Amino acid sequence: MRTEPGPVAAGTDDIVISDQTDLIRVRKALRAQARSAGLGLVDETKLITAGSELARNILKYATGSRGRLRAEQVTADSRRGVRATFTDEGPGIGDVDAALTDGFSTSGGLGLGLPGAQRLVDDLTVTSAPGSGTTVVIEKWRR
Amino acid sequence: MTGEAGPVMQIGDTLLVSLQGDLDDITVVRIEEHLTREVARTGAGGMLIDVSGLSVVDTFIARVLARMVAMVRLLGAEVAVVGIQPAVAITLVELGVPMGDLDTALNAEKGLALLARLRRDGRRRAY
Repeated sequence: MRTEPGPVAAGTDDIVISDQTDLIRVRKALRAQARSAGLGLVDETKLITAGSELARNILKYATGSRGRLRAEQVTADSRRGVRATFTDEGPGIGDVDAALTDGFSTSGGLGLGLPGAQRLVDDLTVTSAPGSGTTVVIEKWRR
Repeated sequence: MTGEAGPVMQIGDTLLVSLQGDLDDITVVRIEEHLTREVARTGAGGMLIDVSGLSVVDTFIARVLARMVAMVRLLGAEVAVVGIQPAVAITLVELGVPMGDLDTALNAEKGLALLARLRRDGRRRAY
């Protein structure tokens, strides 16, 4: 059951992620982008859930719990999709490979956030180094 | 719309509650505390949680749900989670969230039957 109609097709959404309530804004923006790109309900749900995990990572790890999301439409070979870029100026990830492994956590969580998000999207790229922040880009394409 | 727990209804000694909308972390923790208290206050023997109004359940929300079920069981009540949307179920399994401990049913009617069975036969023999 879809409880609310998504906003009308927006090219790009930029959202500051700085507290709990921004999780809702992140999900809403990704829902709007997913619908603009014509993703099915399952793919929409996966994209939003992955984004929710990544936004929570920012609140949990980034300096001053601050980051941003840019969500946009992408096309390639006449396929449509959504790209969501999460950036923060936090401490960065020392070992990206480890962070992408199930069960690895420095916060006492389940360690499912990053690897879980990766399973939900078509592509996930992490760019990070200690002290220089983290950028996570996810893409979900229309089937 | 932000998320919320609808009013808690009581049928016999079973509580029914429906979670709706888009839950942020603070809200889901508040719901957890509220419902756990309601079970203690009413002495309910069962609780049915309808999550059909949730279009997104991420690892945090799932973890709090599982935690709430554990708490309510400690209070001596059985819990059934009903109405998980198919897209949410698919997403949770791919995420890898361990939800195997939850007793779930497709809808409220089947959930009530499940609760009755759990309370009659006990947890181990319910399956």
